[in-house]
Amino acid sequence: MALPYIEYEKNIIDQGLETGTERLTKERIAKVVDKVIGGETGARLKAYVDTCVHCGLCSDACHMYLSTKRDPKLTPSAKVKRTMSVILAKKGNVSPAFIKKASEIASTECNLCKRCVQYCPFGIDIAYVMSVVRRICHLCGVTPLYIQDTAHSHSVTQNQMWVKEDEWIDTLQWQEEDSREEIPDCRIPLDKEGADFMYSVIGPEPKFLAQLLYQTAIIFNAAGLNWTMPSFPGWDNSDMAMFTGDSEIMGRNKRFHYEAAQRLKVKKIVMGECGHAFRAAYDMGNRWVSWAMPPVPMVHAIEFYYDLLKSGKIKVKEKYKKSVTLHDPCNTIRGRGLHEKARYVINELCENFIEMHPNREHNYCCNAGGGVINCGPPFKKKRVSTNRIKAQQCADTGAEILITPCHNCHSGMEDIIGDYGVDMHVKFINDIMYEVMEKPGLE
Amino acid sequence: MTDTANWDWETKEKLVSDLNEWKDSYNWVEEPYVSPDGEKIAAIVNTDEAEFNVCENGKAWEIEEPFEKAYSLRYSPDGRLIVLSAADDEWKPVVDGKPWETIFDFIWDLKFSNDGKAIAVASQTDTEYCMAVNDVPWEDSYTFMTCMILSADGKKSASSVQTIPLGQAEVFKFQEGAFTAAVNGVPWDKNFVNVWNMAFNADGSSLAAEVRHNLYDYTIVVDGKPWNTVYGCVWQPIFHPNTNAVIAPVKLKDGWTLACDDNILWDSRFTQVWQQMVSKESEKIAAIVASSYGKWTIAVDGKPWNITFGDMVTDAVFSPDGSRVACIGTDKEQYTICDNGNAWDMKCDMVWKPVFSPDGNKVAAKIDKNGKRTIAVDGRLWNKMCDEVWEPVFSPDGSKILCRSVEDGKYYRRIIPVNEF
Ligand code: SF4
Ligand code: SF4
Ligand code: SF4
Repeated sequence: MALPYIEYEKNIIDQGLETGTERLTKERIAKVVDKVIGGETGARLKAYVDTCVHCGLCSDACHMYLSTKRDPKLTPSAKVKRTMSVILAKKGNVSPAFIKKASEIASTECNLCKRCVQYCPFGIDIAYVMSVVRRICHLCGVTPLYIQDTAHSHSVTQNQMWVKEDEWIDTLQWQEEDSREEIPDCRIPLDKEGADFMYSVIGPEPKFLAQLLYQTAIIFNAAGLNWTMPSFPGWDNSDMAMFTGDSEIMGRNKRFHYEAAQRLKVKKIVMGECGHAFRAAYDMGNRWVSWAMPPVPMVHAIEFYYDLLKSGKIKVKEKYKKSVTLHDPCNTIRGRGLHEKARYVINELCENFIEMHPNREHNYCCNAGGGVINCGPPFKKKRVSTNRIKAQQCADTGAEILITPCHNCHSGMEDIIGDYGVDMHVKFINDIMYEVMEKPGLE
Repeated sequence: MTDTANWDWETKEKLVSDLNEWKDSYNWVEEPYVSPDGEKIAAIVNTDEAEFNVCENGKAWEIEEPFEKAYSLRYSPDGRLIVLSAADDEWKPVVDGKPWETIFDFIWDLKFSNDGKAIAVASQTDTEYCMAVNDVPWEDSYTFMTCMILSADGKKSASSVQTIPLGQAEVFKFQEGAFTAAVNGVPWDKNFVNVWNMAFNADGSSLAAEVRHNLYDYTIVVDGKPWNTVYGCVWQPIFHPNTNAVIAPVKLKDGWTLACDDNILWDSRFTQVWQQMVSKESEKIAAIVASSYGKWTIAVDGKPWNITFGDMVTDAVFSPDGSRVACIGTDKEQYTICDNGNAWDMKCDMVWKPVFSPDGNKVAAKIDKNGKRTIAVDGRLWNKMCDEVWEPVFSPDGSKILCRSVEDGKYYRRIIPVNEF
C-alpha cells in the first residue's frame, strides 16, 4: 500500500535560530568564516564544493528528496549549493539571515548519514560539508534551541540529559535492586577497577529508558561477565556537541569517556545500542583529541551481542515468534560494517526475520540522526514528512516488529511509523535478547 | 603522604585471610579492597535479602542495623575503612563501623586528604548539593554541583556550582554564565558559562580552574580572576609547588602548549598537551603530549621523548628527586611502562601506575598478563602469577617491596627483597 506524501513545513520558527541571528553581525560572520575556512579545513572542503558537477546522481540517495516528491531543494548537492557554495563564493560576506537559513538546512535538512556519498562518482562527502556549515553556525551562535541545550548539558555534566551525578548512581542502584527479583545476586558493579570491560550508555537511558539498564544487567550477569560502570562523569558515550559543531566540547566529552575507562583499568569499552555515539567515540571525538584510534578499544553492542551468542555465553531458550525486520543504523553499518553481525544476532534470536529493501549499507536513514531529532519539537513534523520513504520501506515488510539498534533511530522510527500509521512496534536487540535468553540462576 | 616506616617490613609472608571462607558465610562477597599496609582486607558482603555489611579480615562490622545499600568501600591513606551506606533512604559514610551523624539524601565521590585525616563526600539533601568533610557539610548548598576537589591537607573543598536557576532550554541565559566555583561552600563573585576541573595550591589558599567565558573563549581563572588572554581551549591548571605560579595547557592557533600565569611557557607546540606536573625538587615540568597526530609521549620542559605510543600515554609520575619520569604507554592494545623514555621490554594486557623506589632508581608496577595479575620491577616479573594483586609499595630504604595478593582465594601479605625480582 502506498503511503501518502505529507507537505513539509517551510517557515519554522526556532528561538535558538531567531535570537542567535538577532545578535549576529556581519563582522562576526567574516571572522568565523576566516577562522574555519582558513584555519580548520583543508583543501578537501574546497575540492568537494568545486568538483560537484550537479549531475544529480546522488539525489535519489537522499530520503528527504525522495519523500517530498523530489523537491529539488533537498538534493544533497542543493544543500551544499544553498550553504557552503555561497559562503565560499562570497568569502564569508553573507548576512545573519543567510546564516540562519544555512543553520536550518545543515542542522535539520541533512542527517550526515553519508548515504549519498556512495553514489557520487567523485566521492563528494556532503555530510562533511554540512558538518563544516554547522561548525560555522555554531561559532556564529546560531544553532537550533533544543540541540544547543543538549550541547550545554554535555558541557556541564558530560552527559546529554542534565543527569546529575547522584541521579546517575541512584538509577543504577535502583535497577540493580530490581534485577535481584530475577537473579538474586545480580549486580551492576560500580567503579570495579580492573574489570574486563566498562559498559557505557547514552544520557536517555538513565533518564527515560532505565529498563534497558535493567535488562543489560540481567544479560551480563547471566553471561557471567566481569564488567563495570563508572559512578562518575564519563559514563555517557553520546555527543550532541559533535552535531552542533562545538568540537571543543565534543573533544572534552570523549576525553572524559576514555579517561573513565583508563581510570577503571578496563581493557575495552562496550557501548549500548547507539549509532551516533559510536561515530563520536570511534571517529570524530577521539580524533579531535589526537587519538588516531580509540585509546581503549570500543565495541558496539551489536558486536558484543554477536560474541555473546557465538561463544554460547548467552543461550536462547526459545526464539522470538513475532516477525521482525531490521533498520540498519547508518553509523554502525556504513560507519563500521556491522550489518552481517546484526543479521547473525537477529537470526539467532528470532524465528522470522524479514529484510527491508534496500538494506545494509544502502539503507535509508531514519531522519532522526545527525542531531536532527535533537533539534526538538519545532522540527518534528518536518522530520516525519521528509521521510515518507522510510515509513514505506517499513510498511512493505509487513513485519510486526522493527528492530533498531540505535537510540536516535529508535525514537525517529517511532515517530515515523506512528504518524504514517504503520502497524509495527519498535524494539532494541536488547529487549528481544532479554526476552528470549536462558537465565541461569533464575529463581 | 602515608608514613610507611612503622609498617612490618620483616615478616616474609602472612596469610591474612581466606576469602573462600567468607564466601561460605555470606550470600555473596563483592570485590575486596586492602589497607595500604596490607594488614587488612575488606569487602561489602550480602547477609540477607537487601541486607549488607562490611567484612574485614573475616569479621563483619558490628553495626546496629544492616545496610540496605552499600558502595564505594575504600581504605583511607591512614588505613581507616570507609563505606557509603544507606538505610531507610538515609545515606551516611561509615568509618570503621561508625556512621557520621549527618544524614544525607545521597552521597558519592569519596575523597581523602593526602594523610587520610580528612574524609570528604559530595552530598545531596532535598535536591540541594554541597560537599561535606569529616561530618561537616558546607553551610551553603546549590542546585547543581560537579568537579569536586579536596585540598592536600583536607582543610579546603571546592566544586563547580550553579548559582543562577535555569529553566528548560534557557540557552541564552546559560550563555550569560550560571556557574562559578565554591570554596568551602563560598562562591566566587564572578560567574562563567562553564567552570571545570580545578586545583588548589600547596597550602590550599588559592584555587585555579578552567573556564569558558562564552561558547568559544576558554581561559584559566585563579581565585575568581580570569587570565586576560582567551584561548581556543584549555585543560586543568595546576600550581607550581614552590612559586605558586599557575600552569595550564592552552590551545593556540598553531597547537597546544603550556602557559604559566598567562604567559606562554614552552616554545614547542603539540597536537595535544595535558596532565602537566611539576617536581617540587627539580622544578622540572612534564606533561603528556601528542608530539604529532596520534603519537603520544612525555615532554619534559617542552622537549618530547623520542619514543611515542600510538594508543595513549597515561599515569605519568616524577621520581622522588624529580630527575626522571615514568608513565604507561600503550600501542596496539599492549601496555608497558616507559621509564625516562625507555620502554620496558614487556608487553602486558594492562598496567597500573608506575611506582618509583625512594632513591628513584627502580620502578615497580602492578600488571595484568594472560588473565593473571602480578608485580614487575624494572621490567622483571615476580615469580607468582596471582588472581589479584594490589599496587606495590617500596620499603623506606628501597630494598624491599610489599606485595599484596590473592591466590586461590587466599589473601597474602608478603615482603619481597627487590633483588628477588
Ligand atoms: S541526509 Fe544523508 S543522503 Fe541526504 S544529503 Fe545528508 S548525508 Fe546525504
Ligand atoms: S553525485 Fe556528486 S557530483 Fe553529482 S551532484 Fe551529487 S555531489 Fe555533485
Ligand atoms: S539515528 Fe540511526 S539511522 Fe539515523 S543517522 Fe543515526 S545511526 Fe543513522
